[in-house]
Formats: sequence, structure tokens, C-alpha cells
Amino acid sequence: MRNLQARYARDRVILFVVVIGTILAALPLTLVLFYAVVNGFSSLDWNFFTKGPKPPGETGGGMAPAIVGTLVITGTGLLIATPFGIAAGILMAEYPDNKLNPTLRLLSDTLNGMPAILKGLLAYVLVVKAQGSFSGFSGALAMAFIMVPIIAKSTESMLKLVPWNIREAGLALGLPRWRVILSLVLPAARGGVVTGMLLATARAAGEAAPLIFTAFGNTLLTLNLSQPMDALPLRLYAYAISPYEDWHRLAWAAALVLLALVVLTSLLARWATRGRF
Amino acid sequence: MQQASTQSALIKRKTSAIYRVLGDRIFLAVVLLLALSLIALTLGLGYFLYLGGSQTINKEGFFGFLTGTTWDPALRLEFGIWPYVVGTLITSLAALVLSVPVALAAAIFTAEYAPRWLAGIINYLVDLMAAVPSVVYGIWGIFVLAPFLREAFYLPVFLWASENAPWLVRYLGNPAGYGLFTGIVVLSSMIIPFTAALSRDAISLVPVAQREGAYALGATRWEVMQMVILPYARGGIFAGAMLALGRALGETMAIAMVIGNGNILPYTLFGPASTMPAVIALELKEAVEDLHYSAIIGVGFFLFLIAFIVNATASYLLNKLKVSEQRF
Repeated sequence: MRNLQARYARDRVILFVVVIGTILAALPLTLVLFYAVVNGFSSLDWNFFTKGPKPPGETGGGMAPAIVGTLVITGTGLLIATPFGIAAGILMAEYPDNKLNPTLRLLSDTLNGMPAILKGLLAYVLVVKAQGSFSGFSGALAMAFIMVPIIAKSTESMLKLVPWNIREAGLALGLPRWRVILSLVLPAARGGVVTGMLLATARAAGEAAPLIFTAFGNTLLTLNLSQPMDALPLRLYAYAISPYEDWHRLAWAAALVLLALVVLTSLLARWATRGRF
Repeated sequence: MQQASTQSALIKRKTSAIYRVLGDRIFLAVVLLLALSLIALTLGLGYFLYLGGSQTINKEGFFGFLTGTTWDPALRLEFGIWPYVVGTLITSLAALVLSVPVALAAAIFTAEYAPRWLAGIINYLVDLMAAVPSVVYGIWGIFVLAPFLREAFYLPVFLWASENAPWLVRYLGNPAGYGLFTGIVVLSSMIIPFTAALSRDAISLVPVAQREGAYALGATRWEVMQMVILPYARGGIFAGAMLALGRALGETMAIAMVIGNGNILPYTLFGPASTMPAVIALELKEAVEDLHYSAIIGVGFFLFLIAFIVNATASYLLNKLKVSEQRF
């Protein structure tokens, strides 16, 4: 056995290394948050939320079409994704011996990890190429592909948290199984399921890659899903790689808005599921 | 459960058989149908990408397309995706190597050393990090990280090499700031949370009795970690790294914004490079020629193959070991 002092010394050295590693791990996020606030906060004014983009070279302008576009595209995506995601969650949680489940769980998790850009590419092949034009709807479809596996996973875990007694009580009262699921289990898990949908929306809302060749971007405000539509991450990307100082300023502001969205939804999610884990 | 339903069957109800039996069947059928479309979506993703890319893949041959090193959509219409495949593999694997030790340190610190309140804060930050959009990392990479790395690292190294080790210069490449190494740094900071969260979960699944046993034998904290916890959590940590690799392979915007987008092999350390997701994002909407368009979708198909293998392995391991990201 080695000397006890040496073993303690070794323990302290390791602790030091581990602390340094932890600081390094937290560093990128801290820096991103810091620079987004420093560079973006001063540009977050009334104009940012109400004005459209200005032509290159002119200062001012805002991101109203992009904000509205992101709301419309992710909202439509959520509407498309919800039934599929919740159904998959119900199947995995409420019918545990279904033969489909192992495959479904594996493929759903795999789909969750698949690159978002491929989901955009699928929406491109299915909608844009078939119709011959970029559209907000194809972007919404790409968003839905991103959201479905997230909603499925969170619905499954939330339904599993509902005590089995509740189902037995419902069945004992003579309710058929589908009524037990729809009227007892789902309402009991409502908060968690909605939170999962919210997190899926926040994840999808930040994606620019699948929207480049589906929603395409648009400098005009439009609510028409068959037209090209703008989105916040898309506009951020376009402005960040542009050569204009004023556009860089707006891009940082957009980054700050996206970060705020992420922070708010995650805080809300923590609050909604507090004490459950 | 079984008992409960037989009991309920004993009670006389006014509801009709249609409502009960047919209702259950219809409900299950609808749920199955919707869930099946999720499976169809995953497999259809590969199928449609192959279909879209088949024109160029057939022209160049399956392996010719994969291993060709010329990507020329303008003049010769020759398409080989090897530079992009190499770029994707180099950036992802290098980012994984850089991020795993750091992520593991964070997981170990929060699971074993940190006081509860500090662990809570770090865990929250790590979970938040996974949700930060790629473009936000991208804009930070363009305006903060790349200029910083150029001034603090690339230029000094380049100048030193050109004076003292000229043979090194051609491996270093143009120290403009936007290139392979910047891409790797951004990518490694983006995938830290995936490994960290899953390793943390794997460590927390180690039975308390095992740790206490080791402590009772007089082991120090690090010895417990090394001899009891890490061997037990090995599988989960590996699965977490696999998941992070899957994310790294598909990361698009941040990489496209900082990697310089040059597709001529061999890549140099500081010089421009490119990846499969980046070329899809940058070229698809400008493709005019049918062959070019089909080639880009073909890149998507090969990216699908790589990402599917990595992600399916990760999902299989995570489900088997029952390790999960703490989602909230």
C-alpha cells in the first residue's frame, strides 16, 4: 500500500484538474452569453421588433418579418408534429408490451439525433421540389420533423410519471382503456407534455440550417405559408456573414433574442416540472 | 392491471359494447398508425435522399462518388464528395477528442465533488448549452473566437514556424482565422453538454452500496472514482460520447460560418476546409444544374448513412443501459 500522504496529494491534484475541466466546460456558454448581451442589448429597441429590413448600406431597420415568420413556421410545425409525437409517446408509455415499441423507441431516438439539415433536405425533396417553389410550409414541415421525436420522448417520460393507480382506478370504474388514457392519464401529465412541446418548439425555432432551402427567407412580412418566409435564425445568418456593420449589430440582437427564448423556455420547463425528478 | 380490468368487467355498465371494444380498437389503431409514421419518417429520410441523389450517384458510381476528390459544379460537372467526408470526420472526431475529457471532468465534478447548489447551477448551464442555437455559436465564432484565435494563436505559431521550421508551414496553412481548427474549437464547445449530461446520469446510476463499500475500505475519493464508479459507468459514458459524435457530424451553421469552406484536399491545420452539412447548406439553393442538385442530395444521403449508424448505436446503448439526458 502506498503512503497515505501521497494518496491524499494525488486526490487533491485530481480535484484541481477536474475543477479546471469544469470551468473549461462552462466557459463557451458563459462567453457566448456575455458577448450576445454586450453586442446585442443596445440594438433591442422598438424598431427591432416592428420594422422590416432596410436595403444594404442604410442604417436602422429591424426584424419584424423574421420574428413573425419564426412564430408562424414553428407554430405550424408544432401543429403538424403534435399528434404524431403524442401518439408515439402514448404507445411507448401506455402499451408497454406492444411489439412495435423497441423499434419505435430506437428509431425515434435515432431520428432525434439525425442532423437537422437532413430533415430540411427531406422537406425540400418532398415539397419544394415537387411544387417548384420555396415556401413557408416546407419550412414548417422541416420544423415538424425536428419536433416529433422530441415530443415523443418527453410525452413518454411524462406519462410514465403518472402513478399506475390512476389507470387502475379508471378501469375499475368501468372506463374503457382509451377513455382512461385520454381523460385521466393525459390530463394528469398535461403540464409535462405541454412543457415537452415547448422545449421542442424552442429547439426547432433556433434551427437555421433546414430553413435555408425551404422557407428561404423574405424581406417582406408575409403570413402566407405558400410564399417564401423569413425566420429569425435565417436572418441572423444572412446578416452575420454580410459586410455591413449595421447588419452585424442587428444579427447580435437576433442572437440575444434567440438566447433569451432558450433561457426562458428552459426556466419555464424547470418550473413546470419542479419536484418531479 | 389484469385484475382491475376483470373487476371492472363485473360491474354492470350502461355503455355499449361499441363504445368499449370498438373504441379501444380504433384508438389503438390510430395511435399505431401515427407512431408508425415516425418509423416511416426515419427510414423514408434515407430512401428519399437516395432517390434525390441517385442521378449523380449512378453517374459517378457509388464508390466513385464517395471517394472522388474533385467537386466541380461549374465547368466539368464532376462530383466527388471525399473532401467533405474527410472534413466531416476530421472535425467531428477531433472535436470529440477535445470535448470528452472536459465534459467528463464536469460530470465528475457535479456528481461527486461539488456541493449541491453548485452542482445544480452547473447542471443547468450544461443543459442550457445543449439548447443554444447553432447560429448563435456561429456568430460568436465569426466575431469573437476566430479573431481571437488568429491574434493569440495562429499568427504567433505561423510566424514562429516560418522562421524556425519552414517545413511546418505547408501543414499549417493560411492563418486567416476561418479554417479547420476554428471549426473544431467551435464544434467541441457545442458537443460538451451531450457527453456531460449522459456521463453525469451514468455516474448517478452507480449503486450507492458500491461506493460506500469502497470508502469503507479506506479509498480516497479519486480511488473510488477510478476503481468503482468509472468502470461501472463506462458504458453510459461511451454511449454519451457516441451521441455527441452524432451531433457533431450533423452540426451545420456554426461550422459553415467559421470553417472557411474550401474543398481542396489535403486540408491544413489553420486553412479553410469544409464538411458535408456545410456544403448542403451553402450550395443547395444555388444549384442550377440537375447533376449538381442531385449531387448535393447525394451528399445528404451519405451523411444520412454515417449519422444513422452513429446515432442508432448511441440510441441502442442508451436504451439498453437506461441512461438518459435529464430533459428538464
